[in-house]
Amino acid sequence: MASRGGGRGCGRGQLTFNVEAVGIGKGDALPPPTLQPSPLFPPLEFRPVPLPSGEEGEYVLALKQELRGAMRQLPYFIRPAVPKRDWRRLPRELKIRVRKLQKERTTIILPKRPPKTTEDKEETIQKLETLEKKEEEVTSEEDEEKEEEEEKEEEEEEEYDEEEHEEETDYIMSYFDNGEDFGGDSDDNMDEAIY
Amino acid sequence: MTQAEIKLCSLLLQEHFGEIVEKIGVHLIRTGSQPLRVIAHDTGTSLDQVKKALCVLIQHNLVTYQVHKRGVVEYEAQCNRVLRMLRYPRYIYTAKTLYSDTGELIVEELLLNGKMTMSAVVKKVADRLTETMEDGKTMDYAEVSNTFVRLVDTHFVQRCPLVPATENSDTGPPPPAPTLVVSEKDMYLVPKLSLIGKGKRRRSSDEDATGEPKAKRPKQTTDNKEPIPDDGIYWQANLDRFHQHFRDQAIVSAVANRMDQTSSEIVRTMLRMSEVTTPSGAPFTQPLSSNEIFRSLPVGYNISKQVLDQYLTLLADDPLEFVGKSGDSGGGMYVINLHKALGSLATATLESVVQERFGSRCARIFRLVLQKKHLEQKQVEDFAMIPAKEAKDMLYKMLSENFISLQVGCL
Repeated sequence: MASRGGGRGCGRGQLTFNVEAVGIGKGDALPPPTLQPSPLFPPLEFRPVPLPSGEEGEYVLALKQELRGAMRQLPYFIRPAVPKRDWRRLPRELKIRVRKLQKERTTIILPKRPPKTTEDKEETIQKLETLEKKEEEVTSEEDEEKEEEEEKEEEEEEEYDEEEHEEETDYIMSYFDNGEDFGGDSDDNMDEAIY
Repeated sequence: MTQAEIKLCSLLLQEHFGEIVEKIGVHLIRTGSQPLRVIAHDTGTSLDQVKKALCVLIQHNLVTYQVHKRGVVEYEAQCNRVLRMLRYPRYIYTAKTLYSDTGELIVEELLLNGKMTMSAVVKKVADRLTETMEDGKTMDYAEVSNTFVRLVDTHFVQRCPLVPATENSDTGPPPPAPTLVVSEKDMYLVPKLSLIGKGKRRRSSDEDATGEPKAKRPKQTTDNKEPIPDDGIYWQANLDRFHQHFRDQAIVSAVANRMDQTSSEIVRTMLRMSEVTTPSGAPFTQPLSSNEIFRSLPVGYNISKQVLDQYLTLLADDPLEFVGKSGDSGGGMYVINLHKALGSLATATLESVVQERFGSRCARIFRLVLQKKHLEQKQVEDFAMIPAKEAKDMLYKMLSENFISLQVGCL
């Protein structure tokens, strides 16, 4: 039983340190050889309790998913801006004509304004923009934008999908903003339509 | 704020508002109160982005501002308020159970938009409800208004702090930021609006079948030009009231589990009667006499006065002390011990966590230590009746996960 017995193999019994200090007493069997790396996590003794099910639990869960989706559509969701492109290298026709210069907001916080329901306005503006850019083909597409927008549901026509994705960026919103900003524009004279 | 809480806030902000708002928000949570330019400089974002992000955060009551000396405005993030975003579905579901779909949508709109005027809420909710109704039916504004008023009356919705009315003779230049005034007496005062109208269906231009959209569009543009009658009066969801409701629910269901349905109904009645008289942080409710409780029981419950008294005595004698007797006038004065009740519930939750995580024997040890505050190794083995080796093993396991801590005793 004791593999540490003398004479087996080539001098395997002799070790350079005192084996007793490790915990293997004289005459004890060595622990079995390990054939694989030790598991990453210790075995789980107690499984976690299942999530609350039942009508309330499921309704609340569904609500949560809905809210997450809904908040991405609201104007409060600010998307990172398109990085500045080097316009010298690209054809001139790709440059979006700047209709309205972005106003520097001098006052810091203004009296709160009710967020206007922007959905209808946004859609009409988007449609007009896509029609305007119908001839232009956007060559360089940002990968991160694509991934970000792929989850968004669009009601517009599919063939304009790529261009529309570009529409949602902060870059565009800030140029063609006509009062949709919830506190951005200073006074009430911004209601004139852009187009 | 712990690191875990900050990380959670970061994820919540990112999920709901995007990366830019998340960056600004987390920076403010970490560093405390800061002015605009410092935020822009420290986070390395452009001033415009910072302004937008701050607008969003303030709109949703996640950041507040204060004017300091020399006209500098400083912004401060409310980390706890960010964490409340986790409970939004629960708030909405509560509104649904109390005020059905209309109430649910009102609270949802208020939570999603932070603050809104009453007319905006009513219009939006009516439109949304009309969408779900059958063709030809529309939702009347009056019905939505009624539900809104009921929500305000029960304090689930409250007014936001107001911009103070400026007198005409201003002494000097206007301040850089308005100091908003919380008016206690007006908090639940609904302005008299005559909101007449019905919800409109929103149809995309492709569906031109009925010809209605064309007629509706000119109507919408005229609506936009009318002045909003309650401009400047904004409403928000009153989260504390929802929390109070959750607290009441937890107590009632605990009583129902421990005793029976009737006792829980009695406790529910007592809590309902104390809603407006007891402040939310109070340790116990105002004393209620048995006669009053008897009169206020829900209509369906026809238990006799003696039976009610028996139930009350039983509740008061229960070792958990949810209900206490404070006097004998009026057939017996009873209070609900809110702090004690919540303490018991918290303890029960802790014990349940330990049990699910480590097993029932560890839970026994944990309950012992909780009860006796300090125990030595030997005492643990004796009281818990668990062999020494196992007791040591379990104690160490709980110690390593920070459920139990060691304290070196002095002689």
